[in-house]
Amino acid sequence: MCSLLATAANAEVKSGIDELDGPFTQFVEGKGADRTKALDAIAALERNDTREVLDGILNGDLMLHKATDTIVWASLDGRKYTMQSLDRSKDLGSDTKRKLSRLKVTNSIRSHLRSLIASLGLRSDNPVQRLAAIDALMETPEQLPDETLTELLGSESDKKVLASLHALEARKQAISDNPATRLQALETLKTDLSGSSRSLVQQMAATDVEPSVQEAAAKVVIRQAEKVTFFARLETVFFGLSLGSVLVLAAIGLAISFGVMGVINMAHGELIMLGAYCAWAMQQLMPNALGVSLLLSIPVAFLFTGLIGIFIERTVIRFLYGRPLETLLATFGISLILQQLVRTFISSQNVPVANPEFMSGVVEINSVFSLTSNRLYILAFCLVVFFLLLSLLRYTRFGLEVRAVSQNRSMARAMGVRSSRIDSLTFGLGAGIAGIAGVALSQLTNVGPNLGQAYIVDSFMVVVFGGVGNLWGTLISGMTLGIANKIMEPWAGAILAKILVLIFLIMFIQKRPRGLFPQRGRAVEAG
Amino acid sequence: MTTKTVETVEAVKEEAVETAAPRSAGRQRGSLVFILTLIALIIGVSICNKLPEGHALYVSNYMVTLLGKYLTYAILAVAVDLVWGYLGILSLGHAAFFALGGYVMGMHLMRQIGDRGVYGNPDLPDFMVFLNWTELPWYWTGFDNFAFTALMILLVPGLLAYVFGWFAFRSRVNGVYLSIITQALTYALMLAFFRNEMGFGGNNGLTDFRELLGFDLRSNDVRLGLFIASGVALLLTYLLCDMILRSRLGKVAVAIRDAENRTRFIGYRVDRVKLALFVLSAMIAGLAGALYVPQVGIINPGEFSPLNSIEVVVWVAIGGRGTLYGAVLGALGVNYAKTWFTGAFPEAWLFALGLLFVVVTLLLPRGIAGLLRYKRSTQAAS
Repeated sequence: MCSLLATAANAEVKSGIDELDGPFTQFVEGKGADRTKALDAIAALERNDTREVLDGILNGDLMLHKATDTIVWASLDGRKYTMQSLDRSKDLGSDTKRKLSRLKVTNSIRSHLRSLIASLGLRSDNPVQRLAAIDALMETPEQLPDETLTELLGSESDKKVLASLHALEARKQAISDNPATRLQALETLKTDLSGSSRSLVQQMAATDVEPSVQEAAAKVVIRQAEKVTFFARLETVFFGLSLGSVLVLAAIGLAISFGVMGVINMAHGELIMLGAYCAWAMQQLMPNALGVSLLLSIPVAFLFTGLIGIFIERTVIRFLYGRPLETLLATFGISLILQQLVRTFISSQNVPVANPEFMSGVVEINSVFSLTSNRLYILAFCLVVFFLLLSLLRYTRFGLEVRAVSQNRSMARAMGVRSSRIDSLTFGLGAGIAGIAGVALSQLTNVGPNLGQAYIVDSFMVVVFGGVGNLWGTLISGMTLGIANKIMEPWAGAILAKILVLIFLIMFIQKRPRGLFPQRGRAVEAG
Repeated sequence: MTTKTVETVEAVKEEAVETAAPRSAGRQRGSLVFILTLIALIIGVSICNKLPEGHALYVSNYMVTLLGKYLTYAILAVAVDLVWGYLGILSLGHAAFFALGGYVMGMHLMRQIGDRGVYGNPDLPDFMVFLNWTELPWYWTGFDNFAFTALMILLVPGLLAYVFGWFAFRSRVNGVYLSIITQALTYALMLAFFRNEMGFGGNNGLTDFRELLGFDLRSNDVRLGLFIASGVALLLTYLLCDMILRSRLGKVAVAIRDAENRTRFIGYRVDRVKLALFVLSAMIAGLAGALYVPQVGIINPGEFSPLNSIEVVVWVAIGGRGTLYGAVLGALGVNYAKTWFTGAFPEAWLFALGLLFVVVTLLLPRGIAGLLRYKRSTQAAS
């Protein structure tokens, strides 16, 4: 056995690729510095698979097949290794464990391999790989030679990669022996808010031998902490706006039917739910085009729930004008029927609605502040819907007639406005907007028969807080409530925050019974 | 208020009463019929329950508990009718007062369990032991005493209604806005009671009750007793409300319902009248809740859900608001229908309830009681 090993060690190790034979022999047989040199030689060949080979050595996927003295790719398959030639062109069959030996990788070899791999990545054509390589070096910047860094800084064209390189440079400087360099490093680290940079600066503030550096570092620590708090606040505001946009979407249809027409539509939540089911149904129809189906479901949901709204108006609500409390009861009955319809004909369970690719993902502003795309899209969507609706009411003939009917019905009729038709269309519009809100909500929450109930109290609150009959009020109150909720959440918890907001609203309505932006004029007293 | 204003008021009040004039004669008789029917029901059920099983008129114990539950609902309906039918306040939060009364009773029943709980702790209810609490929260003190509990059953909902109403009526929040904030109130309470930290059993609520005043809650006689107690409570509530509504206070209430601003300008303190009746109504609701809990054996935050409050409003609407017996009729009828439907066609119940909402509001704005009265008046005319 011993003699066998000896012969194996003395023989020429073959890699199957001529240019690699020499370095591999040196690596397998050599000692100490020879072995690192062998690795440098492999890296210097700049082959396409250099990185793969180095990884193979590091991970133990490359092994020495003793019988043939060849370096092979080996993967464990049951009790045997399946072997492939180094360029992966030939299958070399399989052999038992003891016929193969691992390449010896000591700790120093391992770290040398890592830095080789990293610097290989640094020169990759793909900026993503370059970034990954730089990130890998962040914790151990001393492994990167100064010359290489300077060279890279000179040749880099990608902005993000360059910024990352500067961060790396700063880390290198931070551990230099020269206090001036360390001070310079602080200048760069100041703007970098990532956890590793902050802990590095904190470390400098605590342990640096040079008092001036220590003092400067302490200042940077404070500034960084301030920035982190600032971005944390910004994030809260963003979450608040995101929650607010959901509230506004849910409430804005109600603002139309309640605010403009004075109709309390308790079935509004169910119309939202039906809109969400439209998104689900479209996905069932076209399961392979999630993005398209989501975009298509917006008009589909608008038309579908809008028509249901018109139907409700024609059959029930039109007989109850001027009796808001009774519309409340009748529409509540409708909401029960709609819920049960969904339970009976679809399912009482939640249905799955998938997020298309463009909705999932994160927009990273810096290392402590990032925005999730779906929330960003819904925020934008909410604003688009809001301004479309606002201009519809303000600049179109239909909008003019809606406002005319809501302000003075009999005068509008005298002017030739067909008020009953306007009533149907207005209610349909409110219902359609609810459907659109449902599509947006389907991307955030579970879609089930109870979806609407969860939003009905909130939506009423938003409308009432904002002031009935005022779309701007709805927008502002929705956003305010969203942000207020998120600000309180960290110290009060999600549920308590919600309760506090409700209590605040109850108090607020006592003070200003007509909301933030009350309607003025004589029409108010008639209500 | 000076005597002079009172005099001028008379004219307006006459007018308000005028609209209700055909009613007042019928109301006396209706009341009497109702009271006699209720007494007959209580006595009848008690006797029939004691008949041997298998007898044609035998009323099962299950049925007695069910009827007892319905009677507590009827009390709640009377409370809602008092403020909606006679005062014009559509409260979508009365289930909150009902549930609060229920929780107060539940706390007493929890303390009565003593060391017979799963963990055998003589002081702490099971859920507190489970949450590793070491001592009873301060707001649980005193609930082992029945007299204190009985007081709290009225005081807790009454106080909440007082605080809420004081703010709301003083700043003249009314109509739809008031309805919506009452809904928000019960919704906020529901969220609060779902929290374990509140110390009211969180999600699961209070349950596993054993005895009340030393009587075993699982025995049939005690169940019958609770049924009778609910019936008597309904009777007393009815008499009290009827008495108030016949008094000056009741007449002012109706005036507020029909022309609030006018009543205010004449010189009545509308907010005080509203507050008084609202608080009374909340106390009645609390009493109903307290009678409900020992009969169903559990109270949990689901009772606060806005849906429950709206359901009560529907009982009253269907039975006929503005008539106390209508509210009772509605509560009993709808709940009987609910029990029957959920047994026979569970899928169809929400359809039926939804349709009832729509049909009653569209076609029967005065409910079943209105239908009865219409029949009587047409008969009288012909």
